[in-house]
Formats: sequence, C-alpha cells, structure tokens
Amino acid sequence: MLSFNSSNIASKTRTIGRRMFLLNSIKALVLVGIFGRLATLQINEATKYRTLADKNRFRETKFAPPRGVIKDYYGVEIASNTRIYQLHVTPENTPDMDKLLFRLKNLINISTRKIASIKKKIKKKKKWETTIISDNLTWSEFSKLNLFLHELEGAVPVVSIARIYKNNASAHAIGYVSEISPRDIRNKKYLKNIDIAGIAVGKTGLESTLDEEMLGSPGFLRYEVNAFGKKIKQVSVDKGSKGETFRTTLDNEVQTFAAKLLQNVSGAACVMDIYSGDIISMVSSPSFNPNSFIHGIEQKEWNGLLNDRDKPMINKAISGLYPPGSTIKTLTALSALENDVVSPKLIVECKGYIDLHGERFNCWKKKGHGVVGMRTALKKSCDVYFYEVARRLGIDRLAATAEKFGLGQKVLQNYNEEKAGVVPNTKWKIKEIGKNWYLGETLHSGIGQGYFLTTPLQLSLMTAQIANGGFKIKPRILIDKNDQVSNLQKYLAHKNSTPGNVMSTKDRIFNFGLKPLFRNQENINLVKEAMFAATNEVGGTSYRSRYKDKKYMFAGKTGSSQIKRFTEEQREAEVKQENITYLERDHAWFIAFAPVSDPKYAISVLVEHGGSGSKAAAPLASKIIKKVLERHENRISYRNQSNENV
Amino acid sequence: MLYSRKSLHTPFSIIDKMYHLDFTLLFSILLLGVISIFAQFSSSGGNFDYYSKSHALRFGVFFILFLVVSFTQISFWHSSSFLLFFFLLLLLLYVKFYGIQSQGSRRWVNLFLINLQPSELMKIGIILFLSKYYHQISAGDVNKVKYLLYPVIAILAPFILVVSQPDLGTAILILLSGVVVTWLAGVRWKIFAYLSLLAIVTAPIVISFLKPYQKSRILTFLNPDSDPLGAGYQIIQSKIAIGSGGLFGKGFLNGSQAYLNFLPEKHTDFIFTLFAEEFGFLGSVAMVFLYFLITYRIIKIGNETRSIFGKLYCYGFANAFFIYVAVNMSMVLGLLPIVGAPLPILSYGGSSMLAIMFGLGIVMSCSVYKNSAVG
Repeated sequence: MLSFNSSNIASKTRTIGRRMFLLNSIKALVLVGIFGRLATLQINEATKYRTLADKNRFRETKFAPPRGVIKDYYGVEIASNTRIYQLHVTPENTPDMDKLLFRLKNLINISTRKIASIKKKIKKKKKWETTIISDNLTWSEFSKLNLFLHELEGAVPVVSIARIYKNNASAHAIGYVSEISPRDIRNKKYLKNIDIAGIAVGKTGLESTLDEEMLGSPGFLRYEVNAFGKKIKQVSVDKGSKGETFRTTLDNEVQTFAAKLLQNVSGAACVMDIYSGDIISMVSSPSFNPNSFIHGIEQKEWNGLLNDRDKPMINKAISGLYPPGSTIKTLTALSALENDVVSPKLIVECKGYIDLHGERFNCWKKKGHGVVGMRTALKKSCDVYFYEVARRLGIDRLAATAEKFGLGQKVLQNYNEEKAGVVPNTKWKIKEIGKNWYLGETLHSGIGQGYFLTTPLQLSLMTAQIANGGFKIKPRILIDKNDQVSNLQKYLAHKNSTPGNVMSTKDRIFNFGLKPLFRNQENINLVKEAMFAATNEVGGTSYRSRYKDKKYMFAGKTGSSQIKRFTEEQREAEVKQENITYLERDHAWFIAFAPVSDPKYAISVLVEHGGSGSKAAAPLASKIIKKVLERHENRISYRNQSNENV
Repeated sequence: MLYSRKSLHTPFSIIDKMYHLDFTLLFSILLLGVISIFAQFSSSGGNFDYYSKSHALRFGVFFILFLVVSFTQISFWHSSSFLLFFFLLLLLLYVKFYGIQSQGSRRWVNLFLINLQPSELMKIGIILFLSKYYHQISAGDVNKVKYLLYPVIAILAPFILVVSQPDLGTAILILLSGVVVTWLAGVRWKIFAYLSLLAIVTAPIVISFLKPYQKSRILTFLNPDSDPLGAGYQIIQSKIAIGSGGLFGKGFLNGSQAYLNFLPEKHTDFIFTLFAEEFGFLGSVAMVFLYFLITYRIIKIGNETRSIFGKLYCYGFANAFFIYVAVNMSMVLGLLPIVGAPLPILSYGGSSMLAIMFGLGIVMSCSVYKNSAVG
C-alpha cells in the first residue's frame, strides 16, 4: 500500500514537474512579449504617444488680435478700434443664474427678450463655457457693475477691443463688420482656419475685400483640459499679430461734407483726381450707421434699412446702375468726331422732335433749340442734334468709345459689390436679348437712354479721362506703397517744374509713355470747351451753379435718365418733374471737372428721382467742387510731406 | 529517518512556523500592497479619501487574513477544499437569482460589510477543488473517462454560471485556472485536443448568446481605430498613456492621461496603465519583475512542498496568478481584447483582493507546512 502510494506519488510528481516546466517556458515567452510591447510603446513610439497625449491634454482658445485700421489720405482713422466693455458669465461659477440675470436686468439696459435669448444660449453651451451677456456696455453701466460685483457672483466685466467707425459718411466705401456667419465660413477660405466664435468679419466694402489682411493672425490661450473638456489651467499665451493697416485715397473731410450735402436725397457722388485716378470721395446716400452692426444689429433697425425706399445698404456709387442720360453726349460727340463721321461744324435744326421711320423722337425742349452746332448742342444739351449724330455714328462705334473711356466694366478691384453696367451694341443685344438692333435704339443710346447702364464712379472716370486731355488713368482707392507713380503724373510733375515749355502732344505721349484714348486731341478739347460753355455761358444747362471765381470755375454736363417716358398729353401740358410721383421722376446727373484753367479733379453726382440734372445734381456738385478745390493745397503739401507718389 | 518522522508530525512552535515562512514572497506581497496604495492615491488625483483609503484598509485586513491562512494547517485547507468549492458554487447560484445588479450584470452578493463577488473567489475555489481531486485519485485513473467527468463538470458549472452573469473575463480566468490544473495532473494532450475541438464547434452558438457589448469588445480589439470614440477609446487612450510615459515616466501624480480622466477605469483594470504612465518603461519593467518574482516564489514553494495537493495547488495558483497578470497587462497594452480582468492586488476591488490574498495564504501555508502530510 505504502509502496503503491509512494510510486503513485512519484509518478504524479514527475508528470506535474515535467508539465510545469513546459508551462514555465511559455511564461518566459509571454514575459518576453510583454517586455517587448512595453519597449515598443514606451521607447520606440514614445514621441508619437507623447504628442497624442498632449493633443488630449491641451485645448486652445483662439482670440482675435486688434483689427487693422483704415485711414483716409491724411492718416485720419475712418475705421478704427475702440475699447469696449463687456459682461461675461460662466454658469459653473454662478450659483443662481436666474437671480443673476434678474439682478443684471435692473442694473444695465437689457430687454426681457434679450434675457430669454441669453438663457437659451447658455443652455446650449457647456457649463464652463463663457457667454457674453452684453457686448457693448456704457462706461456708467460698466462702473455700476463693478460697484455691485460682490452681489453678482459669476458675472465678469471684461474690457475688450472692437471696431468703431468715425461717421456714416464712408459707410459704403469702407463697409462694415459684423459677427461671423456660417455663410462667411463657407465662402471665405481663410476664415476656416481662424475659427474664433463670434469674431467680427468684414461684410461689405473694403472691410470685406481686405478682411483677411486686416484680421491679422489670431492669438491663442492654451489650456490644459480634462477628458470632458473642462479647463484645468492656463499653460501659455500667444498674442497673435495685429491686422494690417490700410491707407485710402479718400479725404474724410470731403466725405463728411459730401455725405452731409446729400443727406436729404437718394444718390451718390464721386470725386477723382484726374491724373492719379485717386478717388478723393465716394459717398452714397442715404447712408447707414455701420456701428450698428458691430455688436449685432437690432431686428427693427435692420428691417428699417431693408425696407427703406431709398435702399441705404446699397453703395450707389459703384452698385447703382443708371442710364447716363445726356452726360453720354460728351462721348457721342467725341466718338463721332474721332471717327470722322461728322465735322465739328455740323449744323442741325431742332424743332423739338424728329421723326424717323414713323417714330417720333422728342427733344427735352418742346419748342426746340432752332439751328444748333455741336458746341451749342452740348451746351444746351439738345437731344435732336445728338439723335442725328448718333444716327450717323451707329451704336457699335459709340459703344467702342464708351468702353475705351471705362463704361461697361468694373472700375476698381476692391469691391465685391461693384457692378459693370451695360454698354450696348448690336452683338450685345443679340446675345443678351436675342433680337436685332433697331436704329431707333441707336438714337436713344446717343442721348444716354435705352440699354445704357452706368455707375456714378464710371462717369467720374469718364469725366476725368476727358478732363486730363484724353489719357487713360487707373482709378484707385487704396494706397499701396509699391504703387508706381503713373506716367501721367510724371508728365504733370515735369510740366509743373518747367513752365512755359510746351511739348507737343506727340512728344508727350512718346516721352512719358502715356496711353491716349484719342486719335486727335483737338476733339477732346472741343468737348471740354463745350462743357465749359454749358456751365459758364448764358443758356448753358448748369449756368446757375457756376463759379465766377477762376479758382473754383468748373465745366460740367447735366443729364437726366428717364424712368418713364412722358405721354404726349403730359408733354403737351408741359408737366413738371416736381409734379409727378417721386418714383417716376427722372434721375438727375451732373458730371464736371475743375478748375477750368488747369483741371485737377473730376466729379460725378447722381440724385435718384431728382428730376433734372441742372436743378438737382449740379448745385450739389458745385458745392463739392468748391470743397475739394479748397482742400487741394492741403493735399499737395501732405503728399509732398509724406513723400508719396513723387 | 528522523527527518521523515518529524515530517509525519505536524510541527512545531510558532518560531518554527515563522522560520518556514517564505520571506521573499511575504515582502514582495507587502511591497506590492504599498505600491498599490500609492497607485490608488494617484488614481484619485492625489486624494487619499477616495479609493486609496479603502484600498489600504482592505489590504491591511486581507494581509492579516493572509497570515492567518498561512499559519492554518495545510491539511485543514485540503480537507475543506470540496466544501469550499460547493459553498462557492451555491453562492454563484444564489447570485444568479438574488445577486446585486450593476451596469447590466449580476455579480455581487450583499454581505452587509462588503459586496462580495463569488466569481472572484471561485478562481481559487476551482484550483483547490481540482488539486484535492487529483491528489486523491491514482495516477492510472487520471485519463479514465469516469474520472474525467468530475473535473469537466467542476470547471463548466462555474464557467457557465459566471458567463451568464455576464462576466466573460472572470469566466475565462476560471476556465483557464481549472484547465491548467487538470493538465498538470496528467490528463492527456489528446483529450484537451478533443475538448478544444468541441469548444470551437460550439463557439458560434456561445457567441450568439454574447451580449452586444461583449461582441463589440472583440471586434474593437481586432481594429481599435475603427471607432476611436466608442469601444476603441479605452485601448487607444491606454496605449497613449503608456507610450507617453516614455523611458522614465511623467512622475508620481503627473500622469496627464490619468489625472485628466482620459484613462477609463484607471483604478481597476487600467491601474497598470496609470503606473506605466507615471513611472515609464523602467517602472513598468520593475513592476513586471515584481509579479514575476511572486510567481517564481510560488512555484518554488510548489517545488518544495511534498504533497501532491500542495504541488498542484501551488503550481495551479502560480499559473493562474501569472495568467491574471499577463491577461491584464496584455489587455492594457492592446495585445488582447478588453475583457475586464483586474491586476492582482494593484487593482481596486475587494473580492479580487480577497481571493488573491486568500490564495497566497494557502500557498504560504504550503510553505509553512511543506513537510506535513495531507489527507
């Protein structure tokens, strides 16, 4: 029994020992496997996993650096930054949110509706995320809050920076900023990477086109966060870099003056340096308050702007399209002369109308102008004369000249909202309307009615290029330090430095590489002369708005673009524009250059439904011209001082 | 002869007993216990009150239990093995119907002071049962069908009960612990081959009974990146934590993954991850070495103990202990699916600690009474 037992035990022990040895070998293998894995993770791939752990650990809150500033020609900040006072709340630091909001309502100016929307906003966010209660507190509200802060647990007064606009005058030219929208992120690539909640981005004007540069590069606060995203502590700060500052060619003083002048009408005014193409002024009326958008515009104000008859949100200077009316007669005359279709001595009898193929074409003056030559026709703006010129010229040649002078195309590259307008010709009509051109349409086009559509800026460019003797200029609104001085300006500088040295046109073009828009400069001079007559001679259309002082003396052309053609009865009854429905009145135009003796600036003024150019637009233009010329010395000395463009 | 006579009599004075204690094992266990308290302290973000306090308390109580078990005669554990096994089986049955439910599974029995998890104790119970069983039957009977039936039932009964709780991890560990003892006892390769074949054939049926979360865990293991925020999250975050520890670790209480709560279950199944993040490769290797040392000492006691019961138990327990460690570490290192297996002593959890300390106590009893006859 004992022997059986002991042999039994011995055999069992042997088996167990043998098998245990096998298991121990497996254990050794497993151990090697675990060591190997540890070495792979903690030595070979440690860097990779450390990066991943940091990615887990850190969250960055980006914040916007101060937005770049937009200045006028003299360095006056039109769009600048200001300190604002905000109130933030964080739910996790607030024991009783309802009580806090109730208390705040009594301290600062927030509506019950705003409170409700804030409550909704807070509910959507995590409890450690900050919500802005008020974006723009007044100083007195801010100091009151600070006084009562001990009762407002969870509320944090914050001083921040936001956009501020000096006035409404440049609201269209500069544009405005407002809170970023999903549409902005969709449309603008650079905004995808910026990713700052509620950042103000440019919506229109230069604010929109220069947005990327003016935003600068965002700074960030780096926090350590836990797995639930709660901030544990701040780790580092990067202040980012400030947005770029831009200087424009605008003169804030002229802007303000022009805007004030136009405040009671709906329209636009543009002033351009005829040699450099600098846009001295570009206003659109009525304007809006761009500051209203910065902290979110009130629905009521927004609806008011949208529903306004005069469309304050539209920059009429570049997006408003109007038939040029009689202002186009300058080009009709020029084109006919340049193409040798008519001689300057062409004489036409105006009986108040002409009949062509059974259709009657009326002159604005029912009694007619009698026998007129080209100079008188431009001076008195005789329609019948230009019907005849246009008939001989044909639409395609007129269109070519109009395009050469900058109509039918975008003038600036700085605005998304700029429109090209229309210069019609036979091809255009077939393509766009699908019909053949009629001769009658040529007659209408010859006096700037029909399909012609122009912007005030285009007409100021046209005027400038007539005024400078018929040379091409490139309009600009932004001053880029790298911009070359234009050849025309070089010539001008040369001319001013060597008075009395009269160079022939041919030499001028050759020596300075100018780009003439004419074949014979005499034709340009004739048009300029006629414009002088229209303003400064008795019987001229803008005679009443003239200046006798040589310093301010200007030459201009009126225009009115028809909204609705008068019926024969209205014409018979000689109904006045003032007596018909506002929206049916003609748009009033005036284009001019000044001073006559040595032209420097060109201007265009449009008054929507102003009736006639001479009554509605010319007086306004006249006042702006005076203002611009008064500022001229200033501008020149500033230019020399800043050593820019010379 | 003198030696043999002495061996037939149970000893001895308390001094003799102390002399036979394996002090290397004892101090290794104590060291692991102390490390575990610090690890729990770190898992609570440097707060003693949270997990570390109760962990320390448990370790203290169970260490005393360990000593009591150590000084209890091995013949007592031998004779009460079957009784203990059946008692645990009854508890598992009780849990099946009256157990406390938590997070979708029924695992615990309320003992007023603690919520006991009988399945954890069953990991020891199955080893005790099989060790005694093979101690009793003769070497020639081991491979007879009649004698195979009991072990198969003894392993499958708790396995099925635990799987149905459901607790796949513990069930697999019970199964493995049992199979290892059976195999050590001399059951032929062929039989294991047949049984494995049977298991593979029935596997699809078993899988159809798995809970969706268990299925997803297996799928997730196969491709953790497929669902980085869902089921794969734990594996990914664990690998990030371990890997980012680097060679020297981030330092005690400085594990960002654990401290900032990216690490799931960091006080239980993923405690090794926390340790590896804070103490790096060197710390991890040292920790593995400590577990290896404990395993080695248990095997050494098994070598020295003279009874078949003692040998089978020590070897069985050493293997089981090694499997727990290997499975847990492989799991957190992304080498095995997340099955829910705690790391002995280091992980927070009363039942697991109780089972391990009790199991180690019996090993120590084998050392103290290594020359005593049993049964």
